[in-house]
Amino acid sequence: MKKLNYPFSPEAVRELKVGDMVLITGKLFTGRDAVHKYLHDGNKPPVNLKNQIIYHCGPVTLKDKKGKWTVTAAGPTTSIREEPYQWEVIKDYGIVGVIGKGGMGQKTLDACKEYGCVYFHAVGGAAQVLAEKIKSVDGLYLEEFGLPEAIWELSVEDFPVVVTMDAHGNSLHKDVEASSKEILKTVL
Amino acid sequence: MAKKIIKKKAALPKKTSKVKKTVKKLSLKDQTIESLVELIRVTSTVVPDDVFKTIAAAAKNEVKDTTADYAMGIIKNNIDLAKFKSQPLCQDTGTVIFYIYHPPGFHQTPFKEMIKKAVTLATKKGYLRQNSVNSLTGENAGTNLGEGHPSIHFYEQKGQEVSVKLMLKGGGCENVSAQYSLPDTGLSAGRDLEGVRKVIIDAVYKAQGKGCGPGALGVCVGGDRADSAYFAKKQLLRKLDDKNSNKDLDKLEKEIVETCNKLGIGPMGFGGKTTLLSCKITHANRVPASFFVSISYMCWAFRRQGVVLNKNSAIKKWLY
Repeated sequence: MKKLNYPFSPEAVRELKVGDMVLITGKLFTGRDAVHKYLHDGNKPPVNLKNQIIYHCGPVTLKDKKGKWTVTAAGPTTSIREEPYQWEVIKDYGIVGVIGKGGMGQKTLDACKEYGCVYFHAVGGAAQVLAEKIKSVDGLYLEEFGLPEAIWELSVEDFPVVVTMDAHGNSLHKDVEASSKEILKTVL
Repeated sequence: MAKKIIKKKAALPKKTSKVKKTVKKLSLKDQTIESLVELIRVTSTVVPDDVFKTIAAAAKNEVKDTTADYAMGIIKNNIDLAKFKSQPLCQDTGTVIFYIYHPPGFHQTPFKEMIKKAVTLATKKGYLRQNSVNSLTGENAGTNLGEGHPSIHFYEQKGQEVSVKLMLKGGGCENVSAQYSLPDTGLSAGRDLEGVRKVIIDAVYKAQGKGCGPGALGVCVGGDRADSAYFAKKQLLRKLDDKNSNKDLDKLEKEIVETCNKLGIGPMGFGGKTTLLSCKITHANRVPASFFVSISYMCWAFRRQGVVLNKNSAIKKWLY
């Protein structure tokens, strides 16, 4: 088990390799379809994303009477929908990590290598385990996109992920697809 | 463990309603709605025993300290935590599908209205996410009600009992579900059980980890496109440890699970021993020109439950 602690950097994530099980402690910014489209359309992000990690997640959130937010369910959403935009966000805003599920494609893999970024796979469906790792909600941006689509600034402790695409051009998704294809040929 | 918590939670609303209203029992309508909300709560927050046993066995089977082992550990923790906190297993609480088995002379329309009330209430209580979107306007009314939502199917049966089954079918696994038309030249799959076997395995290969595997399949061989998909999904109502009464299909079900677990896709597509937890197959007649095979993929967060209601519409028995 490896640890990745805030502040993050391209150098730190370049140390990580496909297959590494990692516990992340520090800051995450959620961002899914609406946020990626917004940035792709040329809008500046409302927060500085340099050396930050983006989490593909539409959390279930509750506000208490004092106006304090808590996250009650926060599993990853399917990442491949951001494939047209992710490389640009890596290039233009300097994010060093993407958390999601299901993996991403070649464009993202290339950008990870060129700029120093890693794709972390969280366990899909594990909404409760992952929500437990969120220690505080520190900010809410682009609320006009609706709460699941907004950017949530979260502090997490020991957030469990697996590196499935690293900054050296390796992708576990590509490898598993290729090896299972070989086996498929023998059983069909 | 599951039963203890269910009982405890089920007893709570009764107690408070007694104190508040000081009446002996709820009206039949209110009791029905209360039972349906409880059914939704348990379905969304607790995996059925048969599913839990299968997942626990799969978790043991993975090689220690691998990413597959790690993923299965998180899955098991999530199951425990969701039950303990009575919060949804997954934030995608899925398409809400009801199957109602009722005696002759049963009034379906008022029951539908009670289901809608229960769904709205369960959404307010957070057992369901605001998950229903108008496909034309993109509007989300926040109630989980709308054109075709929730999905409700009625079946008349002998006897006086009413039983209600519920499935919450997540979007990620629905997206990797598939329908094949045989013959399929690319896969050399003909119009026989060997062809059926090939397309099912192909669907599991194509899904990789994207359906939040290890998954479970419901399959229908034959039918028209619509019925085929409907019957396939309905196979997910079968207990994972049951036996198919059709010998050939029973054999095929076991063979599919065994073969798919050789693919090495593993939990979440990380690589590993368990790619598929189960496969349940049914068949329906077809017209000579068509041969469809429909495959409904269910994620590990396999959410289905059922209840038998008593005369007063209180929950008499849990079905899974």
